[in-house]
Amino acid sequence: MLEVERLEKSFGGVRAVDGFSFHVDKGETLGIIGPNGAGKTTVFNLITRFYTPDGGRMRFMGKSITHLPPYRLARLGIARTFQNLRLFKDLTVLENITSAHLTGHSYSPFAGIFRTRRHLRIEREARDNAMMLLDFLGLGGKEQAPAGSLPYGEQRRLEIARALAIRPRLLLIDEPGAGMNPREIQDLVATLREVKARFDLTIVMIEHQMGLVMNISDRILVMDFGEKIMEGTPSEVRKDRRVIEAYLGEEPV
Amino acid sequence: MRFFLDSRKLILLAAGIYIVLKLLFSSGIVSEYIQQITIYVFIVVLAATGLNVIYGYTGQFSLGHAAFYGIGAYTSAYLVKTLGLNSVFALPATLLAGGIMAGLIACIIGIPILRLRDDFLGIATLGFGILVRVFFDNSDRISETLGGSRGFTGIAKLTNLEITFVVTVFLLIVTRNIISSRYGLFWRCIKDDETASASIGIDTTRMKLMAFSYGCFLAGVAGALYAHLYTFLHPSNFDFLKSIDFLIIVILGGMGNIAGTIYAGLLWVGFIEGLRIALPSNILDLRWVFIPLLLIVLMMWRPYGLMSKKKGDG
Repeated sequence: MLEVERLEKSFGGVRAVDGFSFHVDKGETLGIIGPNGAGKTTVFNLITRFYTPDGGRMRFMGKSITHLPPYRLARLGIARTFQNLRLFKDLTVLENITSAHLTGHSYSPFAGIFRTRRHLRIEREARDNAMMLLDFLGLGGKEQAPAGSLPYGEQRRLEIARALAIRPRLLLIDEPGAGMNPREIQDLVATLREVKARFDLTIVMIEHQMGLVMNISDRILVMDFGEKIMEGTPSEVRKDRRVIEAYLGEEPV
Repeated sequence: MRFFLDSRKLILLAAGIYIVLKLLFSSGIVSEYIQQITIYVFIVVLAATGLNVIYGYTGQFSLGHAAFYGIGAYTSAYLVKTLGLNSVFALPATLLAGGIMAGLIACIIGIPILRLRDDFLGIATLGFGILVRVFFDNSDRISETLGGSRGFTGIAKLTNLEITFVVTVFLLIVTRNIISSRYGLFWRCIKDDETASASIGIDTTRMKLMAFSYGCFLAGVAGALYAHLYTFLHPSNFDFLKSIDFLIIVILGGMGNIAGTIYAGLLWVGFIEGLRIALPSNILDLRWVFIPLLLIVLMMWRPYGLMSKKKGDG
């Protein structure tokens, strides 16, 4: 589904991502782990083109996406969430989701000005779809609250709901467990499993919380200093010496 | 048509206001001068609404709004004068021409400068505003009609209460409908978080350009109405200070609040013209001291506009 070949990116003299290659198959959940500063989020930002790669190629569903701007990638079906939450804080919970739905369901400005039938139908569909997503993610009843007023855990879920509203095929999730307690993490794992099954998704997830990432991933990829240091099933990764070194220092404990 | 059906309350209210104004105007109670100011209020509200779309809704900081107001004014006045369209019936066409000219130029300069953010965009639009002012100052080299720094004189007086009223109310409803459509929603998304907007598939460059061009189109139409109301244009009417006036009205009324802009426009014109009447002529220029003072007080007391008590309210 997604193939990334020899991706490179430097910031000043620092090689944040250094010839990084990987692929994800349809229906798979791939976890990317690695110590802080390993270049994980940079990889996401390169795939979604918030950064321009210095080198390398990317293909999505057989199509080259190396040179497409972020909004085109979203419309092709690549959705993402952000490490430090990027909701539309001043908009309502409902508007956060309808806006995402409406990017893929278009009507002309004139239809909007003169409120044609088509405009009304598409707006109603956007609202219905948003309500469905909110219910699904346990945010029902909060439609009119400003997104910024929700508690942290709900904001995380809202961001996932917004990503789902563009009907993605591939979902890139950046540290969904950040700032959550073990109980919330458990809920999140359950939610992500349901989301994946229901929306027929392929998921790539960056995560620090080992419990979460080991639990949900089919395959795990370990990064350090911008490179892939190993790849395997969760149980293989857990036992690997290089992984322990990368996380805990040179000396195995 | 739904356009009128959905807006019937507003249209009825507007019709009521129109009847009251018309009665007052024709009864002879109010002077010619007051009538002119009343019409001017609508013009100011229309132009300020344009800036509200650009800045209040989409978050694109512009310090050059008066330039587009001026482009509309000069375009319409030039067309009427050179083509001899001295008729109220031709006015809608030249108003549209003024608006389209302003919108088109906004689109052309918007492509490079809308990449900039916040204060950088402010400086770029400020620069453009100065450029336009210099162009008006030297416009007599292109055509004697435009008058250059002596001003553009002898413009037909075509703007009346009816046309101003219909055009303003119509464009305000159009604006309200765009704001509540997907386009307005995308504009507000961009104001809130541009990166997140792109991540859900909003073509941010195109949407910003659309908001900027549309806002400047409104300014252009307003400018054209102004030209045929006062019949005289001078480059100094369209300089940086005029841009600041529009900015003050938008902030006074509350960012992203159309009703607020209407009240603020009324208050603004009322305040400036009211002081002209209230103050003795020897200290008349003091009103330009009161306005900055008012602004300082406002920023301390109601930083998110007169209409709203806190951030994000309305």
